[in-house]
Formats: sequence, C-alpha cells, structure tokens
Amino acid sequence: MISINKLSKVFGDNIALRDVDLNIKKGEFITLLGPNGAGKTTLIKIMSTLMSATSGSVTIDGYDVKEEPIEVRKRIGVISHETYLYDDLTAYENLEFYGKMYEIGELDERISNVVSLAGLQHRLHDRVGTFSRGMKQRLSIARTLLHDPPILFLDEPYTGLDQHAAATFDEISSGFAEDKTTMMATHDISRGLEKCDRLLILSSGEIVFDAPKEKIRDEAHLRSIYVQHTSG
Amino acid sequence: MKRCLDIARKDLRSEFRTKQMLNSMLIFALLVIVIFSFAFGPYPENIDQLAPGILWVAFTFAGMLGLARSFASEKEQGCLDGLKLCPVDRSAIYMGKVMSNTVLMFIMEMITVPVFIVLFDYSISNPLELGCIIMLGTLGFVFVGTLLSALTVNVRAREILLPVILFPVIVPVIISAVLATGKILSGTNDIWAEIRILGAYGAIFFIVALLIFEYVIED
Repeated sequence: MISINKLSKVFGDNIALRDVDLNIKKGEFITLLGPNGAGKTTLIKIMSTLMSATSGSVTIDGYDVKEEPIEVRKRIGVISHETYLYDDLTAYENLEFYGKMYEIGELDERISNVVSLAGLQHRLHDRVGTFSRGMKQRLSIARTLLHDPPILFLDEPYTGLDQHAAATFDEISSGFAEDKTTMMATHDISRGLEKCDRLLILSSGEIVFDAPKEKIRDEAHLRSIYVQHTSG
Repeated sequence: MKRCLDIARKDLRSEFRTKQMLNSMLIFALLVIVIFSFAFGPYPENIDQLAPGILWVAFTFAGMLGLARSFASEKEQGCLDGLKLCPVDRSAIYMGKVMSNTVLMFIMEMITVPVFIVLFDYSISNPLELGCIIMLGTLGFVFVGTLLSALTVNVRAREILLPVILFPVIVPVIISAVLATGKILSGTNDIWAEIRILGAYGAIFFIVALLIFEYVIED
C-alpha cells in the first residue's frame, strides 16, 4: 500500500530524514514515535505531497507522490494538530468547500454522514470560530473523512486537546480507522501503543526501531525501548 | 476552472462576512484621496499632472493591504496545507486567489473613483477608456501581487517584505497606468501604447505565475 525507498530530506546543513526505507501493508495501523525534531512531521509531509524529498521515493497505492501527486491526494486524508478549517465559515460551509474540491457527489448526504460521526449535527450552521478546540478537531475528522480516503495520516492529533476531547477523538477515530491504512505520529506512548498494529521509532531522521505490537509487552516496556533508542 | 471559482467563492464569502480586508482597503484609499485633495487645495495649477499619480497611489497602497492578507489568512489553522492537500492543480489555488483579490480591488476602485472625481472636480468624457486602464492596471498588479503574496507567506515580516519586492516589479504597470490615466483625464485618447504595455505585462506575468506557483507555495 505504501512503499518508501531511501527517502532523505535535507534542510541546509540539517538532515531531517536519512535513507528511510519502509513498507506499510493495507489496513495496518502504524504508530510513529520519536522526540521533537526526529523527522516525524517531515516524513508525513513528504508522504502527503506537502513537501518534496531531497532524494528517494514514496509510492502510495501504486502512485509516486512526486510524479502523480493529485492521484495520491485523492487517496489520503490528513488530520493534524492544525484543523485546516476556516474560522469565519460555518461547519457546513467548510465541509461544502472541501467537498467541492474533492468533487464529491451527493455532497449534502455525505456531509450529513460525516457530521453525524463527529457528533456535530447541532452546530452544523455555526461559525467554526465559535467552536472549542475539541469540536474543531472533531470537525477536522469529518473534513478528512468526506472523500472516504483509504489512507490516513495523523500528525500529532492530540496536541491541544484536553483529556475529555482526546477521549472523544479516540472514540470517533476507533470507528473510522478500522478499515483504513493509518500512520499516526504522536508523543503519546500510551495511546500510540493501544491503537497500533506496528510501532516505529524515528530518531535523528532514521528509523531506529520497527516491530509489531505483539513484541511489546506493555507500556513500561515500550517506554524503556523508546528511551534506549532516542537517548544521546 | 470550477475549482478556481470554488476557492474564490470561499474567500469572498469569508471576506464579506468579516469585511476585514475590504474595510481596510476602502478606508485607506479614501483617506489617501481626501488627504491629497486637502493638501493640494481646491484648484492647484498642476493638478492634471498630480491627480493620476494620486489615484494610483491610492489603488496600489490600498491593494497592498488586501494582498498581504490574501495568503496570510490561509496560514491560520493551517488552511494553506488543507488547500494544498486537495486533489487539484496548485495553479487553481493561484487562479482562485487572483479572482477574489481582483473582485476586492474592483469594489474598492468603484467606490474610490467617484470620490476622486468629485474631490478633484473632474468630468470624465470617456469613462470606458478609464475603466479599461483601471482594469488592465489592476489585473497586472493582482497577477504579480498574488504570486509575491504567496512567496512571502512564510516570512515573519511579510507585511514589510511584500511592498519592498512588489513595487519594483510593478513599476511598468504603475507608470503605464498613470500615464494613460493622465491622458484620459486631460481628454487625450491616444492610450494604445499604454494599453499594449499593460496587456503584455499582465499576460506575461499571469503565465509565469501559473508555471511557477507550485514551487512558490511549497514548504
């Protein structure tokens, strides 16, 4: 489903990614852990066509992100700590705009479905600027799911959410992520372990740990692995 | 084309709801006209030479306020990334922004010109030609300004940087537009040379902008 070959990204003198090789199978949920500056966001930005790589290649569902970015964008959805929502527009207007950009047929029905999933029917015609951070993140989920992408990239989705909002996000995401190929970059070791099928640790632009969830005994074990691979 | 219209419609819907850019542009343009009309007195001798420049100073400086916000507003909540993730050619984003910026500029100009005519006591005998020059000058300004607004969107001091890099590039537009406006205000109709320059400038920069926009907005 996703194939990354010898991917590198250099910003001036700083090497953000160094010869990253990775294959992700259809339906896998990958948790990507790593300290700040490890290259998690850079990797997701390159995979989602927002940034070009210095060298190497990424293929998503058979399409090269550099050669056929529009085909790649049709197949991915990105949820970030930024919501990509316009505060001055209503929830409906935001979803309508993105729906048109993705050329979704029967848009009203689709909007109704994703808004129900996010539990925001009662605020559909309110301006997004009046929403709480948690509600915006739920609407961001609805925005991402509008075109029903088979691949999801979640980049620090819990940033700025309180415990209740994070739990609500978990509840919603557990419903939609089941049949999708997902990569989630996070600092939340507990949530990352709970959700994933496979764990990666990225440090200084390199994948230093890659193992299926079964190899991790518990959260304490993962924490010790994390410290071992990222310290120094 | 449809996606460009969707982007422009989204921008204008948001703008007409808040009127942040439009109000700033309009107030600034009117202030420039009013201040210059007071500064030069009721009947200055060389008003025919000054007035076209005053009008285009008002247009370009007021337009700068709108252009500076055009992409900056997309940075809030990461919306520019949201746009870039949509499965459309990146040039559609440029086209959509050009459309919305042009509409805002035209609205500002349609309100500013009558005030200018009244305060400087002009009677326009050939309004179509004046409209044509304003349209061509505005398009040239918006084509370049929108591109440079995108180029400076990630710069912290973008409000300062944008005019610094934009004004040298649009010198041909301003000179041609001021010359042509001066001729129209003084009743001369020989403005084909200026129209050709404005048309060629707009066409060249529009094509160049479409070709390089993808690289301009890349992270």
